[in-house]
This record gives sequence, C-alpha cells and structure tokens, in this order.
Amino acid sequence: MVDRRINSATKMLKYLIPLILFIIMAIFLAIGLNLKPNEIPSPLLNKPAPAFAAAKLQAPEQKLTNTDLLGQVWLLNVWASWCVSCRAEHPVLNQLAQKNAVMMVGLNYKDDPANAQYWLESLGNPYSVSIMDQDGRIGLDWGVYGVPETFVMDKKGLVRYKHTGPVTMSDVQAVFLPLIAQLQAEAP
Amino acid sequence: MKAYILILLLCLSPLASAIDSRQFANPEQQQAYEELTSELRCLVCQNQTIADSNAELAGDLRRQVQEMLEQGKSRDDIVTFMTDRYGDFVLYKPPFKLKTGLLWVGPVAFLLLGLLAIVLVIRHKKTAVTDATIGTTPEKLAKIRRLLDEGEHS
Repeated sequence: MVDRRINSATKMLKYLIPLILFIIMAIFLAIGLNLKPNEIPSPLLNKPAPAFAAAKLQAPEQKLTNTDLLGQVWLLNVWASWCVSCRAEHPVLNQLAQKNAVMMVGLNYKDDPANAQYWLESLGNPYSVSIMDQDGRIGLDWGVYGVPETFVMDKKGLVRYKHTGPVTMSDVQAVFLPLIAQLQAEAP
Repeated sequence: MKAYILILLLCLSPLASAIDSRQFANPEQQQAYEELTSELRCLVCQNQTIADSNAELAGDLRRQVQEMLEQGKSRDDIVTFMTDRYGDFVLYKPPFKLKTGLLWVGPVAFLLLGLLAIVLVIRHKKTAVTDATIGTTPEKLAKIRRLLDEGEHS
C-alpha cells in the first residue's frame, strides 16, 4: 500500500516537472522583459566629472570648464536640436529651471550652433549656460551614447546620478528634486 | 535579364559594407585597429560592433581608436579608455569578474546540467527495462500475483 502511494507520488512529480520548468522559464523571461538594455549603468557614478573646457553656445569666445562649477550642485543635460525626444523633454527642463533648485548646464551635442540657438529662442532656455560639443568629444568623455542624457554633480564635482533618455515630470518629482535637495545639504 | 542584373548588383553589395575603412602607415596599427573595432560594441545599436555600425557614435568611437593608435597608445590603453567611459558593456569579450561570472560560467553550467539530465534519464530507462524483463518469466509472474493477492487480503 505504502509502496503504491510512493509510486503515485513520484508519478505526480514527473508530471510536475514541466510545470516547474515552465515557472522557472517564466521567471527568467519576466526578468528579461523588465531589463532595460538601453540604460547602461554609467561607470562615472561617484567619480569626478570628466574634465572639459568648451565654448559657450551663446558666447563662443568664452569657455566654461568643469573647475568653474566646483562648489555647487549642478546638472548637465545633453541635448541637440536634431534630437526628437529632447523636444519632448524640453518643457520638463523649463519647469525644473523655474524652481531654481539647481544650476543647469546644457551640453549641445553634435549640433549646428545656429539650429541650437533657434531652438532655445523658440522653445525657451532652461540652461544657465550651454556649451558646444560639435564633434562629440566631450560627449565621449561622459560616455554619452544617446541624447538626451542627464547627469547630476555634487559640490565636490563627483557625478552622483545619470539619467538616460528624456526626463519626465515624475522623474523630476521622484528622483531629481529629492537628490538635488540632498546634495545641496551636503558640505562643499 | 533583369534578374541577372539584380544578381550582379547583389554581388556588389559586400563592397558597400566597408564603412569608412581607415588606412594606417603601420601594418601593426592597421591590425590593432581592425581587431579593436570588431571587439568594441556600438552602444546605440547594441548588437553591432563599432566596425559594423553606421551609427554616428560608432564613427566617433572609430575616430577615437584611430587617434589613440596613432598617438602610440597600446590596445590595453584603448580598452581602458573605453571601459572607463562606457563600462564593460562596451566590450564584446567582457573580463572575468564577479559581476560577469554568470556570463562566462552559465553556458558550461547549463551544459553540465543537460548532461546530468541525460545520464539520469538513461539510468532510469535502463532500470525500467530490467524490471520489465524480470517480470516476464512465468514463475516470477505467478509469485508476484500471489504476493499481490495476499497483500489485498491482509
């Protein structure tokens, strides 16, 4: 009797194997579906912001360097007038700029300066300053691979956060503003 | 006739795939350039190397590799330069680290798992077959039947 019961239990187990395999596969597929392969973790996090000395978009004879920005929390937004998702992101940046929470620097990536100027005139300028990176070398140093990208630097000049893709209003509320407040509170 | 022309044109297409080929004076540099560009991933079109990709970023990365080679930088210098900016993901051959361990060990682990499954299945089949052959002799069948009957009465 007992033997038979064990027998039927092992038989049941046999039928359960495909179900178990299916569940394991489903778990892996679910993890795979929720991965975002477009968001490559930046190796720059918690490291000093890459050095640069770039001409300002609206005053090309002047240069901005990374050392000019030491001692304050600042945000670098990589944008271009040819970038479609930057257009979607732009109103969000304008709103963030109105809060005066952080110094906003624009990195005008591989763009035509005239188009870039026109963009800022027609859509509004959220940046305290925009710098030009016409051949993409500064972008390369920052590990930029798609526009828009947004970095947040602390007072010591360390990269503390990177956002790939357009920033949405909920990102601003949930991530950017709390992070900026936290960084502003840190000692320089 | 049209078909022949089409076939001829299709034969020419590999020539078009050589995205801006770069010439080096030094054949070693040329080789290093070709090896490096086919080991670095284009981060925009993630399943292509920067040698294959036509994306702007791939062009910039190719230019960077070329410039660094011409400056006399070594392969390791260039690989470090790239991983410092883009992380290990930029390498088609990631280094063996704790983080990439599963990537390297995974296929072998799955192979071993598969072999184990095969061994278990074969063993199981073998014992099943021997059980069946034991059961075929008439004396044993009779014995089994008797035992089963007794079991039911008790």
